[in-house]
Amino acid sequence: MSATLRVNPITCEAHGLCAELLPELIRLDDWGYPILDESEVPPDLVGLARRAVDVCPTLALLLDEN
Amino acid sequence: MTSFGRTGNGGHEGLPRLLAGLEPGGAPMTMAAHTRIHGPLPSVSPQQLIEEVEQSGLRGRGGADFPTARKLRAVAGRRRVGPVIVNGSETEPASAKDRLLLARLPHLVLDGAVLAAGAVGASEVIVKIGSDTPEVVRALESATAVREHERIGIQVVSGPDGYVAGEESAVVHYLNGGGPLPTFVPPRPFERGYRGRPTLIQNPETLAQLALVARFGSAWYRELGTVADPGSALVTITGAVAAPGVYELAFGTPMRDLLDAAGGPSEPLQALLVGGYFGTWMDASAAVGLRLAREDLRSVGCSLGSGVLIALGESACGLHESAGVIAYLAEQSAGQCGPCVFGLRAIADSVGALASGVAGPRERDRVLRWASEIRGRGACHHPDGAVRFVESSLRVFGHEIEGHMRGSCRARPAGLPLGDGAARVRGGRLSDRRKSGDASRTVTA
Repeated sequence: MSATLRVNPITCEAHGLCAELLPELIRLDDWGYPILDESEVPPDLVGLARRAVDVCPTLALLLDEN
Repeated sequence: MTSFGRTGNGGHEGLPRLLAGLEPGGAPMTMAAHTRIHGPLPSVSPQQLIEEVEQSGLRGRGGADFPTARKLRAVAGRRRVGPVIVNGSETEPASAKDRLLLARLPHLVLDGAVLAAGAVGASEVIVKIGSDTPEVVRALESATAVREHERIGIQVVSGPDGYVAGEESAVVHYLNGGGPLPTFVPPRPFERGYRGRPTLIQNPETLAQLALVARFGSAWYRELGTVADPGSALVTITGAVAAPGVYELAFGTPMRDLLDAAGGPSEPLQALLVGGYFGTWMDASAAVGLRLAREDLRSVGCSLGSGVLIALGESACGLHESAGVIAYLAEQSAGQCGPCVFGLRAIADSVGALASGVAGPRERDRVLRWASEIRGRGACHHPDGAVRFVESSLRVFGHEIEGHMRGSCRARPAGLPLGDGAARVRGGRLSDRRKSGDASRTVTA
């Protein structure tokens, strides 16, 4: 059971909520846009990742769980 | 069964192929002349065509270098396949080969498109072109008129120019009634493209090559080039060469023979830009001993891309030329993704400052940090190409940064003020070029 995070860069408007909730996986660049150094989400962070996806105001954060 | 055989279209060492029979400065090749030179449109089953293309090793010539048979297979066998799109956008400023093919050899490209349509189960072809190409429009209009009897309908659509407008998803988006802007993928056009249907989209040169592979077979195709890089390629050679233009050359040709085909350097060279603005710089000295081959180019951090080679003479300033290109690339962002919009703009400003001698190594380090952070974070590959270009600029010309801070620049004698004027060298700045090169010059080597 693995989970990967992706950002739709067209929809993203740099609100930055994802980086607030999930600093372990998401940091912001000089202009406030998210950088995912690691797209693979460890099992213990999947819950937080789902919350980050829900809280994104533009639905730009995507979590593929399979 | 169809047998693949050669007709007499070999010239010097098997070239020209695509450009066979082309008269410099002439009108579009008629259907009659086309049939005389290459033979009639072959009758070949979809399965046979795809297999022959696969054996040939033909790869896409729009810049992505994707194996063509794999693309055909990805679409063939799907239901409700959409039209084959001939991507004649050619938005790379220094490239002229696609315009040459469409304006002067339309039947070769249309043959390829019609054959590809048959292979993937499409019943239409759409030729997408840019906006300011009346000779292409005229050539395609008369070519499609004489092909009206064909089962597969051909439509020509012109769209806005703009660097990213030629990107696959941007073309599809535009044809679907949207702007000429890339979309977030997946899904890619082969899954959901024109009106949501599986769509094959190919570069005109790829289809022209396919039209010949369908006639003469994969073994013939492989008679030129190398095992790893078979066949011939159209290369737009421009910059500090005596005879800029579009040339057809075999893969594996030594780089110096490429330059000689274009009349040789017009002055001693300091660098080559391989792949156009989406490509990378290499030092001229590194070209010695290199061939037009994937492995050779990769060893110096380059790839052929859409087949553009720009020679930079000693009298030019690589930093200024690069600053101009990156400013253009930043301005040409679709404007949809933050990292691209803000990142490229910041990089362009910094490289401009480096070229003007008002910034030094710390600024260069900042540029490299931004470059590594921006990569892969746009919806399309525009920012990736731009940062790759910038990184190569700093690799090849970075040693001149300190000199610029002291007021010395190759394009100006030491001591005179730098600034925008310093880039006005022979032939103008690289970034001033639009559709450069004399497309009617087609000498092959």
